[in-house]
Parts: sequence; C-alpha cells; structure tokens
Amino acid sequence: MIKVEHVSKTYKVFKRDAGFQSAFKALFHKEYELVSALNDVSFTIEDGEMVGYIGPNGAGKSSTIKILSGILTPEEGIVKINGQIPWKNRIAHVKEIGVVFGQRSQLWWDVPVLDSFQLLKDIYSISEKTYKDNLEELTSLLNLSDLLQTPTRQLSLGQRMRCEIAASLLHSPKILFLDEPTIGLDAVSKLAVREFIKSLNQKHKTTVILTTHDMQDIEALTNRIILIGKGRVLMDGTIDDIKIHGDNMDEAVANLYHEYQI
Amino acid sequence: MQYKTSFFLTCIGQFLVSFNMFLGVYFMFQRFHSVNGFRFHEVLLCFSIMLMEFSLAEALARGFDTFSSTISNGEFDRIMVRPRNEIFQVLGSKIEFTRVGHILQAIVMFIYGILRSDIIWDYKKILTVLFMLIGGTLVFTGIFLIFAAFCFFTTEGLEFMNVFIYGAREYGKYPISIYGKRMLQICTFIVPYALIQYYPLLYLLGRGKNWYMFLPLLASLFLVPCYIFWKVGVRHYKSTGS
Repeated sequence: MIKVEHVSKTYKVFKRDAGFQSAFKALFHKEYELVSALNDVSFTIEDGEMVGYIGPNGAGKSSTIKILSGILTPEEGIVKINGQIPWKNRIAHVKEIGVVFGQRSQLWWDVPVLDSFQLLKDIYSISEKTYKDNLEELTSLLNLSDLLQTPTRQLSLGQRMRCEIAASLLHSPKILFLDEPTIGLDAVSKLAVREFIKSLNQKHKTTVILTTHDMQDIEALTNRIILIGKGRVLMDGTIDDIKIHGDNMDEAVANLYHEYQI
Repeated sequence: MQYKTSFFLTCIGQFLVSFNMFLGVYFMFQRFHSVNGFRFHEVLLCFSIMLMEFSLAEALARGFDTFSSTISNGEFDRIMVRPRNEIFQVLGSKIEFTRVGHILQAIVMFIYGILRSDIIWDYKKILTVLFMLIGGTLVFTGIFLIFAAFCFFTTEGLEFMNVFIYGAREYGKYPISIYGKRMLQICTFIVPYALIQYYPLLYLLGRGKNWYMFLPLLASLFLVPCYIFWKVGVRHYKSTGS
C-alpha cells in the first residue's frame, strides 16, 4: 500500500536575463524564485491498483515519482510504502519497486542488453531460478529474443523501451513506476507496451503508477486517475469522471486543465 | 583499458609527471643537504609513501572526481533506485587504472629511499608502512568524498577543494613539520594529513614514540564526518527536471 500524506517539495529556481551583463551581475546577486513543485499532496493507493497520474508539464508528476522511489527527500509530509519510508529505508525500499523513466536509460549504454540484465541480477541479488523464470517470461511477452545480444546504443527507441521495462521487472517488484513509458513510440510498440502492462497487472497483481500525456494510455490501462496541477491534487476519480467534461479524452482533459486554470 | 595505446601512453605520462616532482626534490637537495633535519632519503620515503596513497585513492575514487557530471546529467537518479549503497556505486562507476604510472614511480622512489637509508626493518615497521598506506588512502578518499558531496549543493565541483587534494600532494612531498607549528596543528586535528605522514615517518626513522605507528589508523576516523556530510548532501539532491 502506498500512503502519501501532506507532502510538499519546493525548488529554488535561479533567474537571470540573457546576455553577458546580467550573467556578470548574477555572479554577485543571484535572484531566485521558490517554485513549489508539490504542495500538500495526499493520496492512497491499494495493492494491485493501476493508477494514472496526469497533469500538464511541470505539474509535479516526476517529482512525485522521484519522491516515491526514494530519489528525492520532501521538505514536509509522510510517505509510507509497504510500511517503509522511501528516503529513509532506501535500500530495502528500492528492492521492492521497479522504475522506468521514459526519458532516461537504465541500461548500460555500450554493452549488450543481456549483460545489463546480468549486472542487474547481481545488483538486486536475484536468485538464479527467479532470474531465469522472469527472463523467459519477459522475453516472450515483450518479444525481446532478437534484441538481447545487441548493445543498448544500437536499439531503436521502441526496442529500448521494451528492454527498459523488462530490466525494471527482473527482480519481480511489487510496485512499478512508469514515467512516460510510451513517449515517442510508434503505434505498434505502444500497443505492445500497453498490452504487456495490462497483463502484468492482472497476472502478478503488480501495482502500477503511470504518468503520461497520452490519454489513450490512460484509457487503455487505468481505472483510477489522479489529476495534479501546480503541485496540488485537483481530482482523484475514475475515467468516467473525466469523460463527462468533453467528447473524447483529450478534449475532456484539456477542458479540465482550462477549468482549473493550470 | 579498452584502448591499449592510450592506456600505455597515459601511464608513461603519469610516470613522467611524478618523475618531474622527484627531480624537483632531487635538485633541492643538491643545494641544501637537509631540510629541517630531514635528509634526502628520508624525504624520499615520505614522498613516495604519500604518492602511493594519493594514487591509490585517485584510482579508486575517480568516480567522485567526475561526480559533478554524474549529478548534472541526472545519472545519479539511476544510482538512487538501485538497492546498493550510493557511495560504492559511485566508486564502482569508474576505476582509473592509468594511475599505475604514479604508483610505479612511487615504488621506485620508495625502494631507492629504503636502500639509501639506515632503517633497520622489523615487522613493526613494515606494519607501520602498511598502516600508512591504508590510512592515507582512506583520508584522501574522504577528501574526494567531501569534494563530491559539495556537488549536491553547487552542482559544479569547487575549485578550492583542489587545495586540499592536489595541494596536499604537493606539500606532502616534505614532512609537514617543515611548514611550521601552526600548519602541523591544522594537519593533525582538522585534516589529518600529519597522522598519515609526519608522525609515522618519525617512528620509521626511529625518532618517534612507539604509539605513533597506530596514528594512521586513527586518521581513518576522518571518514566519519566525510560520510555524514555526504549523507546530508544526498538529502539535498535535487535531480534534474523532466
């Protein structure tokens, strides 16, 4: 179970005008703004749920994921994931979760994918049997058999994303965080990834938290949606709660963004 | 080590750099036969052991040296989501074998220093050298750790830290006592350079008290504040946007 209570996080963002003069001035007097990425955010997610976490750019989606996965420490608030505080019991916590950042690779750039998997096996101390079973299952479900011998840098984006997802699931985590997993993928890869996530959730009861801008992802995968804007939770409901705001999902969400002025 | 020619040339380069430093000391002693009561071979012992410690630390802790780029490109996120200690992951991210050149030069000087000196070696003195190597490597690693931890607050590495890193290597050529009493106090109680260099050296040369031989081990306690500072830094980690 994921329990988030009154979490706040602010960033200092430095500002200066373009040009040499203002660069020189900024050396001595730096102006900054405090931007609150998260402002009193609370929600609870049960085991085995699939939750879409949506909001416009800069709403605080990635910050939330980073706090939940133990990368960032919030200034205020409590987070308990299966009884652990992510940033305090980091090592115990990250053993139970898998994280995929669509924008950033988890795999080692220069070595074949299979070597990366082997390394992860050692890092997570996965037993020989679990590793073999998981690898077999993931290879067939995600269609990886031709990719495993290729160095990561030579994979296409869609191929790489499938490998990333496999890499984050080798240690059979209970919770999977997906940060924009379908960004930049073609239709075929998108469908494959969606299909896989769906079956993962049904078969292994893995809790999935998904951030995305692709409303079809949300429609295909999740029932529950948390809408966040300017660091606050604005809505916590089902797909139908959103659909009533417009003819299709994209329009409905755009209308909602307008309504909340985010 | 993927690129052989580059590896060997870098090694030779490293060797020549430290050989240059050796020449500096050599010509100095052509003029003055002793510096503050220390003779040529004694200074050579001091210099060579310090250089070995420094190069070992530099080879191991190379990941901290380039840590600012690990932070600014968001690489550190990946380290944080893996169930292993962050420090060991950073250490393991890069090991610099080309420092072999430095170490080789240090060993040559060390042997030369021993042959010229009149130290009577017993197991206690050999143990002392070992302690010095361990303690010294840890102290230098600690300084690299502080250097890296600053990146959490400033994103870029701080140039002034190089005073402690490369400055220590330069000044460490000579026993610290020659820089005066104040310097010796700072290097004993604040940054424990003297504990890994001056005091055990006195013991090796038969001029110090017996318990001086354990001081390098005491110096490794320096890692504790370094570690705490690092932990504070991790809590301040801001990641990158996206």
